[in-house]
Amino acid sequence: MSTNGRTSGPRGGHDARRAPTIAERTRSRPAFTTMGLALAGAVVAGALVLVATKGPSAPLTVNERVQQIASGLRCVACQNLSVADSPSKMALAMRTEIGHQIRSGKTPDEIRDYFVARYSDWILLSPPASGLALVAWVAPALALALGAVALAWALRRKRPGRPSADAPPTPAERARIRRELAMLEEPD
Amino acid sequence: MSEPAGPEEEPAEVGAPAEAEAGAGAEGRPRRRWRIPILSLVPIVAFAALLGFGLGRDPRLVPNALVGKAAPAFALKDLRSGRVITLSQLRGHPVVINFWASWCAECVQEHPNLFATWQRYGNAGVVFLSILYEDSPGKAAQFERQLGKGWPDLDDPGSRTALNYGVRGVPETFFIDRRGIIRFQQVGPSTYDLLNTRIRAMLPSAQRGRLEAAAP
Repeated sequence: MSTNGRTSGPRGGHDARRAPTIAERTRSRPAFTTMGLALAGAVVAGALVLVATKGPSAPLTVNERVQQIASGLRCVACQNLSVADSPSKMALAMRTEIGHQIRSGKTPDEIRDYFVARYSDWILLSPPASGLALVAWVAPALALALGAVALAWALRRKRPGRPSADAPPTPAERARIRRELAMLEEPD
Repeated sequence: MSEPAGPEEEPAEVGAPAEAEAGAGAEGRPRRRWRIPILSLVPIVAFAALLGFGLGRDPRLVPNALVGKAAPAFALKDLRSGRVITLSQLRGHPVVINFWASWCAECVQEHPNLFATWQRYGNAGVVFLSILYEDSPGKAAQFERQLGKGWPDLDDPGSRTALNYGVRGVPETFFIDRRGIIRFQQVGPSTYDLLNTRIRAMLPSAQRGRLEAAAP
């Protein structure tokens, strides 16, 4: 960081004898940074959408489909593992059952419904977006929004309070300055 | 005192002569000073309340979604006789199904209660069935030799029937009425009173009266 750009004002980079560095150029043109970020964001989003909609080209094997469904189900014998991750016998039985049902032509949703019909929504690792479980979905977004509002509020409040050299003194400040000057002039 | 401090920023530094100002500050400031700490406590308290609510509940005490619905069908082999027993052939009888394992201490503990209720209601048309859960037939046979069991003990290969009944562990006991509807599910060991009450609730009132008269 040279002081050159800073002392000669915002357009300093263009006036300098040497060629401006990239940092200086981007600083002088914030639109460039914004555009770059937007472009990067678009590329990432596009890639995500492509992967999400198309998925891997090869069709999944039965075992891969079992894993996929099992990873969304809670192991009934052990509380905090998915059926895909648990080494328990019951999880093995559940994986076997999922395999049976896939081979008999059931869809992943039908298989999940089979388990929900027996174990209720408890069996699903991600809670349904309804009822009491809705809190789990809404609370983070709500907290984020409230935090943003609180931050904005705090920042807005802080700015006028900051002492500024340009702002004319308020009547109270004028009175205080006058009093304190008088105190200085008065000997003791 | 080279530079006057902003009166808005530090009212505490206001000298003694500035009494009027200090008074004004005392009115407005303290309230504002507490507002942010108090406001920032709100999400913490809300989060703690949510945690307290969630952690206070036993996640295993979730009602079985099958209660009130038709009991899933099964065709399982009796470990002793080798005979296949199906639920459909028992229609018209109240059925008590006990999922158990020989390695399960609570199953051992509840066994005398099952035995006593079986002795009382087994001849009154109530069918008792045990379904072995994650255990070997050999160990089950040994358990029966030691503790006695007069009713069928069914093998459940791969725990398919246990899954079909929404079993989470053992012991669990299902009470299925004469029409094949699951009336109640007991998670954990059953007491004699619980078995007695749940079985009687599935009997027709005339039969209940007769049993009452026969009871000592």
